[in-house]
Amino acid sequence: MESLTFRHTTEKPLGGTAPSAITGVVASGNLEILLERVLPPDACEVAIETPIAGYGPVWEAVVADFVARAQPGGLRISINDGGARPDTVSLRLLQGARLMEA
Amino acid sequence: MTLAEILASLFPEGHAVRVADGLVTGRAPFDGAEAAVIGIDGDTPLGVEGALALSRAVLDAVRAGDRVPILVLVDSDSQRMSRRDELLGLNECLAHLAKALLLADRAGHPTVGLIYGHSAAGAFIATALATRVLAALPGANPSVMDLPSVARVTKLPLERLEEMAKSTPVFAPGLDNMVATGAVHAVLDPARPLDAQVRDLIAGLPAEDVRDRLGAERGGRPVAQAVAAAVAAEARRG
Amino acid sequence: MAAPMAAGTDPRALSWYEATARQRVAALADPGTFHEFLPPTERRMSPHLPLFDLPRAFDDGIVVGRARLDGKPVLVAAQEGRFMGGAFGEVHGAKLIGLLRAARDLRPAAVLILFDTGGVRLQEANAGETAIAEAMRAIAELRAAGVPVIGLIGGRAGAYGGGGLIAGACSRLAVSEGGRISVSGPEVIETNQGAEEFDSRDRALVWRTMGGKHRRLIGGADAFAADTVAAFRAAALDLIGRAPAFDLATLEAEQARLEARIARFGDCRDATEIWARMGVNDPDAVPAMTTASFDETVARVAEAHHDAR
Repeated sequence: MESLTFRHTTEKPLGGTAPSAITGVVASGNLEILLERVLPPDACEVAIETPIAGYGPVWEAVVADFVARAQPGGLRISINDGGARPDTVSLRLLQGARLMEA
Repeated sequence: MTLAEILASLFPEGHAVRVADGLVTGRAPFDGAEAAVIGIDGDTPLGVEGALALSRAVLDAVRAGDRVPILVLVDSDSQRMSRRDELLGLNECLAHLAKALLLADRAGHPTVGLIYGHSAAGAFIATALATRVLAALPGANPSVMDLPSVARVTKLPLERLEEMAKSTPVFAPGLDNMVATGAVHAVLDPARPLDAQVRDLIAGLPAEDVRDRLGAERGGRPVAQAVAAAVAAEARRG
Repeated sequence: MAAPMAAGTDPRALSWYEATARQRVAALADPGTFHEFLPPTERRMSPHLPLFDLPRAFDDGIVVGRARLDGKPVLVAAQEGRFMGGAFGEVHGAKLIGLLRAARDLRPAAVLILFDTGGVRLQEANAGETAIAEAMRAIAELRAAGVPVIGLIGGRAGAYGGGGLIAGACSRLAVSEGGRISVSGPEVIETNQGAEEFDSRDRALVWRTMGGKHRRLIGGADAFAADTVAAFRAAALDLIGRAPAFDLATLEAEQARLEARIARFGDCRDATEIWARMGVNDPDAVPAMTTASFDETVARVAEAHHDAR
């Protein structure tokens, strides 16, 4: 298993009031994402556990793209990966952010 | 120990316990009264007919209303793996046998399991694991799946699994690991008379299911008890 | 905790088979009433899977909590069949055990178990197997205390192995076409006995032998549900009201029921032979029957109504 953590500063906090949300299932080619509103409003941390080693740069790019698009300030995001493709990861991250905005 | 040796040591006054097609049933004088015996001998798989023969014997004992101890002696294979057994509802028959033992327990029969050989999977759950207290004799070999099969399913090399098994009782087959998990309460001493040892087990029957506590104390199930307690506490907080 | 629902559609129209455990629970319960115990934020994950280089799940593949069903308080456990085949590991099993033990004191209107499991998780086999035994003991105690335990089976992993045994200990079972109940899985039988005994790739054979329609017809389940959350909800509400006692009379009746089944059908090679002997007019048509016409067929079969368990 490989652990990766990325920390970002955002321009604004994520809207909405949901304290936490979960989306996805740990399965082959899929992943689960747990989002918690526990950080300062301009901070976002994404921690990933993946069984597939060596894809750090890909994760870094996907996470940076998500942070730029969603501005998920205040969120600690924890990912259990089952070997998801980058597009699946992006989709799930945005889905998770929408749940938190509800 | 063989079944004959076990029966002789459990019932020094003699017994009327029979084995037919690998199924053990009968009664014997025990501790000044009687005991009912059911079991599986000779590494026999447990199918629909076998499960119903044993459950019939248990329900007969409950109906008699005498609250005699029920001893469950096990040297079995796993459940019988066949299309016919599943077609006829093997899950119902095995669950029925376990329920009969659990009902007997509730009706006041001390239920004591004794594993003296192999047992696995559905046969183990429906018999020995459905008793209030489960003892083993040295050399018993309960398992869910042998390591070569685990290697096939997990796609891990056998040598690595053998190495992991030394430090991780939670997945590896064998008696020591089932003791560590808490599934087996006690290991008996074959050099001493078994009747006295089983009498002691009955005298000290745990009032409730202590298997997860044993698993925590013995290190074979490090978190189960705490997790169950945490869920129950949250539920009770309302 | 927020979790995705099917946006814009009635959540109770969701396919039970396709839904996740969380979606099933949220849509099954009265809206907004589900409260989870040890939610994902608690991160009670398997301590063992990392040894095998396998990913963990925040809930270890089972969602447990309380809810209301038609206003009545219930406790609910739902297995996630997509994570490790919904199999019983140490934490997974312990969450179910904790729920069942709490129910003994709380006496809810029912405990609902949404099965979706291949059985014991091999990487934690001893813990899983022991948890199954603990669950069966806890269910017996709960039923004896008068709390119905209702099993709902329609997930992609079915109710196999020890899951099939726990199902057999429940007061009542509802099953859908896609729900399968069995001890040995098709692959296990084929591996041990050969493809002549059981060709696990023959999906029609798997469904005929272990699927919901066969289980309902022989009396192995008490209700047949269409593959929607609404159908399972209706079935659960109905079954709570007619749960059998856990006593000698019930088990004597079950003994007689199962002995009669083996005496009558023990020489049948295929489910269609059993259905024909039960008096089903066109046994070959059963797998393709709609829920409505299947219900009519069930109504005419005596075995389906002999329901001691």
